[in-house]
Amino acid sequence: MSAWDRFAETFLNGEVLARYLPSILGGVWVTVELSLLIVVAGILLGTALACLRAYRIAPLSLLIVVFADVFRSLPPLVLILMGYFGLPNVGFTLSAFAVLFVILTLTLAAFTEEIVWAGITATPKGQWEAARSTGMGFSQTLVWVVLPQAVRMVIPPLTNRAIAITKMTALGSVIGVPDILNQATTAQSFSGNASPLLLASALYVLLFLPLVIASRRLEARFAWRT
Amino acid sequence: MSEMNATDRVGGTKPPTLQLSGLHKSFGTVEVLREIDLTVERGQMVFVLGRSGSGKSTMLRCCNRLEEPSAGSIFLEGQDICARGVDLDKIRRRIGMVFQSFNLYPHLDARRNVTLALRKVLKLGRDEADERATSALDRVGLANRADHYPGQLSGGQQQRVAIARAIALQPVVMLFDEPTSALDPELVGEVIAVMRELKDLHMTMLVVSHEMAFAREAADRVVFMADGRIVEDAPPEQFFTQPSEESTRAFLARYSA
Ligand SMILES: Nc1ncnc2c1ncn2[C@@H]1O[C@H](COP(=O)(O)OP(=O)(O)OP(=O)(O)O)[C@@H](O)[C@H]1O
Ligand SMILES: [Mg+2]
Repeated sequence: MSAWDRFAETFLNGEVLARYLPSILGGVWVTVELSLLIVVAGILLGTALACLRAYRIAPLSLLIVVFADVFRSLPPLVLILMGYFGLPNVGFTLSAFAVLFVILTLTLAAFTEEIVWAGITATPKGQWEAARSTGMGFSQTLVWVVLPQAVRMVIPPLTNRAIAITKMTALGSVIGVPDILNQATTAQSFSGNASPLLLASALYVLLFLPLVIASRRLEARFAWRT
Repeated sequence: MSEMNATDRVGGTKPPTLQLSGLHKSFGTVEVLREIDLTVERGQMVFVLGRSGSGKSTMLRCCNRLEEPSAGSIFLEGQDICARGVDLDKIRRRIGMVFQSFNLYPHLDARRNVTLALRKVLKLGRDEADERATSALDRVGLANRADHYPGQLSGGQQQRVAIARAIALQPVVMLFDEPTSALDPELVGEVIAVMRELKDLHMTMLVVSHEMAFAREAADRVVFMADGRIVEDAPPEQFFTQPSEESTRAFLARYSA
């Protein structure tokens, strides 16, 4: 058997692929659903926290900073394992899907908070002053003047981070969330063949490459009109 | 704009539009404004001159409390704006401010730069706000640029939009902090022209600017600041031809040279 044949047998085994395709495609739906939920919830929560921090209420800001720093320094896998295997011991049982969603949402929220906060502080003081001098209140200025500019400024790091964290849905396979990777590793162990893993890789590229490209476009679209 | 306070200007019994009295401002231990007394009567245009660091901007920014005075009081049409319990946002909508660096909102086109406060502060409906914005932009000669973003406008045009943004709220006084200093020389004229037009409409204005010729021609009074004090306060003719203070003379000599 030539090297190519051996490679094809291992990674491009049509028979294995055909058998497990349905379950792996089912995993695609789980991954997509989770990713969308995490991106929406994580970015909303993180942005809301950054806005709260803008009010500079010392104890509240401290809490937000502690939250953001802790969730940015812990590997999400650790939290996912703790959430799934640890929490039931204190009488708090969440489904694997819910644990993955909560942990990754909080992780994305932590990064989003820091990124959007950086955007808020980078918005020139003159923007605040101009708006306040027309009689707009602090919250109005934050929402209508500062935040739109802050978010535009941080779209590149924000989309990068959102993509990086949604890719971590693959960590769910460890606690049995039936996502793409989980379905593929199951198929791989049943069939003793690695083809499902190659298929899973292809599916991840198919899912995330358009996102990466879309983020490029988004950056261009939100650049200041000159 | 044209209907701006037209009726009650004739009276004359009303208190001055803006009055600073015994105003002090310190940043930490540095005293930047000392014992400032200044009155701007209704319909007047008062020019403020002074060297860099003399406190001109700080004084202007105290007038709408972008800077918090350390002592003294400021009256807007007789109302103490530093009194406890005043609604600062309500006061500020009656005081227009124009900044050296325009400070337009870069994410909004010219029309929405003007309508934002109309919608959020005055709570006007979309149509009414648009109408007012159009007439304010028309007043500064930019009705045809309403859908341009700040980045698509020249410096002079941006500053005119900023003026439109302020006058759309129909303020009782306008504060200008070096409105032409950030502009290329050939763009200064168009902004001055708009200010001259406001003056013709009897807008009350307090202007920090080094456009001497304009001050001489259009100001009702010129004040000169040095070291946080007002050292000279006179009508323009007298100010420029026979200032009473040595420091004013030195300043004028340097600037006319
Ligand atoms: N936020 C601040 N903190 C500390 N010092 C300040 C602050 N703002 C202004 N100052 C100081 O107050 C003094 C007066 O400043 P101000 O900006 O009012 O001067 P100006 O007359 O407007 O000068 P310019 O012509 O350069 O604009 C300066 O010495 C300046 O360094
Ligand atoms: Mg200044």
